[in-house]
Amino acid sequence: MSMLSVEDVHTHYGKIEALHGVSVEVNKGEIVSLIGANGAGKTTLLMTVCGNPQASSGRIFLQGKEITRDPTAQIMRSGIAIVPEGRRVFSGLTVEENLHMGGFFNSKTEIRKSQAHVYELFPRLKERENQRAGTMSGGEQQMLAIGRALMSRPTMIILDEPSLGLAPLVIKQIFEIIGQLRDEGITVFLVEQNAHQALHLADRGYVLETGKIRLHDTGRNLLNNPDVQSAYLGG
Amino acid sequence: MVKNNLGHAAFCAIVTVIISFPILGLNLEARGVNITLTGASTSTYVAILVAAATVFVFQTFRDSLMGLLRKAPKLNPISRKQPMERSRRVKLESWIITGIVIFALFWPFFVSRGSVDLATLVLIYIMLALGLNVVVGLAGLLDLGYVAFYAVGAYTFALLSEYMNISFWMALPIGALLAGITGMILGFPVLRLRGDYLAIVTLGFGEIIRILLNNWTSLTGGPNGIGGIPDPTLFGMEFGRRVKVEGNTSFHETFGIAYSGEHKVIFLYLIALVLAVITALIIRRFMRMPVGRAWEALREDEIAARSLGLSRTAVKLSAFTIGAFFAGFAGTVFASKQGFISPESFVFLESAIILAIVVLGGMGSQLGVILAAIAVTILPELAREFSEYRMLIFGAAMVLMMVWRPQGLLPMRRTHIKLNRQE
Repeated sequence: MSMLSVEDVHTHYGKIEALHGVSVEVNKGEIVSLIGANGAGKTTLLMTVCGNPQASSGRIFLQGKEITRDPTAQIMRSGIAIVPEGRRVFSGLTVEENLHMGGFFNSKTEIRKSQAHVYELFPRLKERENQRAGTMSGGEQQMLAIGRALMSRPTMIILDEPSLGLAPLVIKQIFEIIGQLRDEGITVFLVEQNAHQALHLADRGYVLETGKIRLHDTGRNLLNNPDVQSAYLGG
Repeated sequence: MVKNNLGHAAFCAIVTVIISFPILGLNLEARGVNITLTGASTSTYVAILVAAATVFVFQTFRDSLMGLLRKAPKLNPISRKQPMERSRRVKLESWIITGIVIFALFWPFFVSRGSVDLATLVLIYIMLALGLNVVVGLAGLLDLGYVAFYAVGAYTFALLSEYMNISFWMALPIGALLAGITGMILGFPVLRLRGDYLAIVTLGFGEIIRILLNNWTSLTGGPNGIGGIPDPTLFGMEFGRRVKVEGNTSFHETFGIAYSGEHKVIFLYLIALVLAVITALIIRRFMRMPVGRAWEALREDEIAARSLGLSRTAVKLSAFTIGAFFAGFAGTVFASKQGFISPESFVFLESAIILAIVVLGGMGSQLGVILAAIAVTILPELAREFSEYRMLIFGAAMVLMMVWRPQGLLPMRRTHIKLNRQE
């Protein structure tokens, strides 16, 4: 069953077209990876899904409901959560307060439950509960960003370059958690430059090049695809 | 170190001479129809040279002098003390505040009329600063036209009393609401702007309102202002010598005491005090509600806040509206206190002073803002003899503050929101 469906979406920044008719399908319970070089339009695609900027043509469906013209705030409250590029935790707030912001629209009981769940996934965050988010390491901040996104109990989570600027060991840990999220039934849409790990984990993958989908296959097939290997996996 | 500074110091000294010589050293004198340029007295030239020398010496030893300045905060008892335990500190703070409010309630009966009048002004500034603190300190929106909402509140009362004979107590909520609505309307177009751009646009709006009041002569009386604004009444009792509105009684006759002009001043002060306390309490409440956290989240990181489903429009507009609402409150009290208002009272300098109060007090910190409001309003009055140098002293104080305590007098301590844990 389709969770997120992007149909022939064009997005403009002013007069410049950044996406030239992109179609992506994410099914329930899958991990789908989107890989591509700098400037291919990966983040633009994510932002378009979130309604900022809105698509100039094409349609986007979330769980069968069209969201193409919905305002960002409404989209972000309909069961979808995003971990933005570069983490963007609230650096002046403590870890716990960051998490509470993630559950802004939930009741206190729900917040308590999701908080316990996040601490289970990331025991490190529990240790740092009262620390200011800005004073933590990059990896910890990334954990916090993911934890914060999970606080709203989303059915689907979008991650924009979660491995950005992190040590290999931390990246491995983050990707393990992403796998765990799928096992819990959360649909994952993963955008990465770190193509090897992203495709390894993914059920299916898309390759985005200069605003167009070039390839679309299972994660394994893409890993073995010679074009992908030469362009994104270093030969 | 010192050697490296010599060139720079010489340059600074020359700049000092270049700036001060034409201003102080050359005088234009009118002789009949002609204007002639004459030199100033020798002492002026000496003074200019001394100033240049001072600048030279200061710049030469700048590093060590600034080092001394930086060490100064250690003399400050607040920063040296160990932080008190949270629950104890909160308790102590609320006791101190209760004590101050009780003191403030009885204080005006023992001091001169002038001091009470000044204190009323301080309270008005406290209201204004607390309101602006929501916009600038909490929501992080730099608003340079805040005085516009103050003007809306003041003019609402003035116009309502002039054309419809509406009393202070009726006008107070109307003025605040209208100011709030104005805040919302002005808020809409500036929502997309941030930082400097927002500052410039709000500055423009502030001026537009003032110029509108200045030029809409048929309604507002233009630069002549509006006079005869009535004083507030206490349950229909007036504070004047004679009753002006039919049906009212007069305060001194009802209580059988001799008439005194002080009654009115003290009554106004007490009203301002109660309103200031109400303002502080309501805003304090807002800070602990979800909307308060939303303001902070948006200030910290707009993109992250939006990614969590917060509506940028709603959050920013709520801050703008609430801030403007309390400015309207203050404006109504101001109009009643002065009895006369004109656009002169709502110039940009007012906005700047209120903003300075917020920054000096520590953005987001209520107690800090209140202290700064008291300091900024009272110090110039105490230094009346130096009134010519008032702005100079004010500027120097600002610079020193920014070196010593850039975070403000009492920086905001974030109240950590904890959920009651019931496992």
